[in-house]
Amino acid sequence: MDLHLIPGAEPSAEERAAVDAAVGPPASAWETGERRPDAEGHVAFGGHALRARRHLLLPALWAVQSRVGFITPGALNYVCRRLDVAPADAYGVATFYAMLSVKPQPTTIVHVCDDLACRLAGAPALLDAMRGERGAESVRSSPCLGLCERAPAVLFQCAGEGAKDYVVAPAARTAADEPKPPPPPPPPISSGTRPIEGVGTSIAARLGQGSPSAPQTEDGRRETLRLLARVGRVDPESLDDYRAHGGYRALPKAIAMGPEAIVREAIASKLQGRGGAAFPAGRKWEAVARQPARPHYLVCNADESEPGTFKDRVLMEEDPFALVEAMTIVAFATGCEHGFVYVRGEYPLAEARVRAAIAGARKAGLLGPNVLGSGFAFDIEVRRGAGAYICGEETALFNSIEGYRGEPRNKPPFPVEKGLFGKPTVINNVETLVNVLLVVEMGGDAFAAIGTGASTGPKLFCVSGNVERPGVYEVPFGPTLREVIGLAGGVPGGRAVRAVLLGGAAGSFVGPGELDVPLTFEGTRAIGAALGSGVVMVFDDRADLRDAVRRIAAFFRDESCGQCVPCRVGTERQEELVARLDAGRPLRSTAEEDALLDEIARAMRDASICGLGQTASGAIQSAIRRLGVFSA
Amino acid sequence: MSTARRLDATRPVTLSIDGASVTVPAGSTILEACRSRGIDTPTLCFLENLAPVNVCRVCVVELEGARVLVPACSRPVEADMKIRTDSERVRLSRRMVLEFLASSVDLSLASDDVRRWMERYGADPSRYGPPAPPRAANERDNAGPGHHHAASAGAAANVVQPVKVDNDLYVRDYARCILCYKCVQACGVEAQNTFAIAIAGRGFDARVSTEFATPLPESACVYCGNCIGVCPTGALMFKSEHDLRGAGKWDESRQTVTDTICPYCGVGCTLELRVQDNAIVRVTSPLDHDVTSGHLCIKGRFGWQFVQNRPEE
Repeated sequence: MDLHLIPGAEPSAEERAAVDAAVGPPASAWETGERRPDAEGHVAFGGHALRARRHLLLPALWAVQSRVGFITPGALNYVCRRLDVAPADAYGVATFYAMLSVKPQPTTIVHVCDDLACRLAGAPALLDAMRGERGAESVRSSPCLGLCERAPAVLFQCAGEGAKDYVVAPAARTAADEPKPPPPPPPPISSGTRPIEGVGTSIAARLGQGSPSAPQTEDGRRETLRLLARVGRVDPESLDDYRAHGGYRALPKAIAMGPEAIVREAIASKLQGRGGAAFPAGRKWEAVARQPARPHYLVCNADESEPGTFKDRVLMEEDPFALVEAMTIVAFATGCEHGFVYVRGEYPLAEARVRAAIAGARKAGLLGPNVLGSGFAFDIEVRRGAGAYICGEETALFNSIEGYRGEPRNKPPFPVEKGLFGKPTVINNVETLVNVLLVVEMGGDAFAAIGTGASTGPKLFCVSGNVERPGVYEVPFGPTLREVIGLAGGVPGGRAVRAVLLGGAAGSFVGPGELDVPLTFEGTRAIGAALGSGVVMVFDDRADLRDAVRRIAAFFRDESCGQCVPCRVGTERQEELVARLDAGRPLRSTAEEDALLDEIARAMRDASICGLGQTASGAIQSAIRRLGVFSA
Repeated sequence: MSTARRLDATRPVTLSIDGASVTVPAGSTILEACRSRGIDTPTLCFLENLAPVNVCRVCVVELEGARVLVPACSRPVEADMKIRTDSERVRLSRRMVLEFLASSVDLSLASDDVRRWMERYGADPSRYGPPAPPRAANERDNAGPGHHHAASAGAAANVVQPVKVDNDLYVRDYARCILCYKCVQACGVEAQNTFAIAIAGRGFDARVSTEFATPLPESACVYCGNCIGVCPTGALMFKSEHDLRGAGKWDESRQTVTDTICPYCGVGCTLELRVQDNAIVRVTSPLDHDVTSGHLCIKGRFGWQFVQNRPEE
């Protein structure tokens, strides 16, 4: 391929420096470096070796975005030369992500979450106020920022030298009340060992903006917590503190057990994936361990974007070493030498904490060419998403890491066979991985004894909306929906529950008559709902459910990748139909609209490539059918 | 080229399609198995000379034991699969895909097959309401990912927009684009390796675009026209054809097709010259041709003006 660049568009010095910091200095004149006549002669240094670095495309685009605030033609040219990617191709990738811009925009963009939980906390008014004060150019409405326990939430995306993104939650109603962030330290662009300022301050100060994310940790009932045992108690920046709180006990034990025994225990534990699909984790690990193709990759799916979900964020922010240790164990069990953590772009603090933990572990010999002197080599790289719910779909996530648009792949082949870079890949979400520490420490049978027969172990629920104390709650599988809501203090003011959204936008609504459903995989399945990612979002009798349904329809329309027809057009048609119902202007009759929605839903469920389209109607249909949201 | 899929005739695979036993070579797709039985399976994004991308989903079939329908065009056959190609689920999904496309895209220049399939599956694109007004030129090119105005309760969104005419050789009429990805494939790894176009944007705002939606003369386009050769809906069209259609003079009944060999270089590509009123109006190459696989270069595709430099008669 001859690279045809955008005519006359040159990168600025800042843009070059930012890209070089992300992808390394140019190695030859071929990719814009100094020409070394003696060494290079007539040799071309492009080709496969250069194109094999395409996976650096998203980090390079992020570097430009963070430095100058949008991706200029000159910067795109430079990125394309450095990675031998055609400009149209790179443009297609850049325009896929909501946090990247290819048009000039203010250097600070305020993303005001106007998704379900934040709507209940006054997000629309906040959005209007912010737009009034800062100008519509600077303020965007955002899908769920994963801060539902501190709604309403705002993400400041800042560009400039050393600028860092940060969140404010709960956000003040006006920009004038906005807390001034400390002067931003240099961004942790490369995975260096620099300390990150602002991390490691006292926990109380960090959580000073609101109530703690995991209220149980302050209850004095902490001894019952397993996954949250260290949350709020350990310094998330200190490896020593992590060790002092029981960290890095599982890894030596796992290495002594050997890979087969770890997988055996994981299968015995009956641990199921916590991301939504509930696939048996041990089976997945066994399948990858057996694959003859090399290398194997381990990917931690930390693209936690399901509206109402924030448990993985809390784990990463408050106990990041646990994730690193857990990934090391799973990598050891499945023969992976290289791991990735793909963190959603809206989680700057979680990303910084995980990066710092990886650096700390590497420095201590807990990652690297010879983990704990065992001869096992493993290291982890962090990749930052850029605003795309679909990248939580495992194969879309692979494409995103590889530097392509985050479009899901058709399955089969499944990731255990052909995953990241076409190689056998373990992919699990944060909560699933962290459970492996318990499996190793207590053994598979003891783990399986927690919970019910079919849903084993502890489970994190993200309780939000109209409850007294929203937050992440840990229970052994088994309690009912009513009990979990009770843990969060119930509905404020003793009001009645009108509806509960289980599993997020991809889940479904249940009504007040279904509060006694056990929150287990089998219990929710029995009433035609799903546990999903553990979302329990409560709507009281004053909540505007029509508004919530419209937001969900808009969400899927916004987040569809656009690849397959059923989802690309179906989510649009679904949103239009919901708008008609909400406006009380059905095309023919309400009954016909209901039948049409059913056909749209069935086509999306049956014919879409991935889970986004397949689940895009579940919550909406449940609201209409179970709750009668649009009747009367 | 990923189309180099290997069929292994020494390893026959037997499966069941609509209750009948079918045996095809290992490595065949369900679509090939269906076609070997003469089962008319609709396809839009599939083309024999490109790797299947299975995005249009109109070819879906029901596979016993699978939770969702599977795309026939890309799914390899496995022994003892039980396939249904005309079940209620299959018919519904095919109808909805056709309705979704016909209600959002101008399919008037798509093949007669599309009309036949729409009739067969009872597709009624009008039931999504009256179409929304056309978008301004470049409006869709500027749509940012993840942010759109809330849907209107009154009209069905669509991709209707003005034709892009920015060069003398071909036009891009994206009001007709169903996003089958074929032009992107042909421009990229499947044929030309130029990568002048890619899919940009997301969701309903996804579109085929050059970098920054720049006009073709400033882009990497080399005018091979292989994108036109694979376009199933007339979204990409010779300017000669576009102009004749605009003037109301395009008349396929008066056209002849002449096979010849390209005179420019030693490769010797087969050309099919479509001629109307003694003027060449479109040039193609057979998809199943050993040398071209249907693809040409700018010279074979467009470089025939000299043939027509005749003295005024």
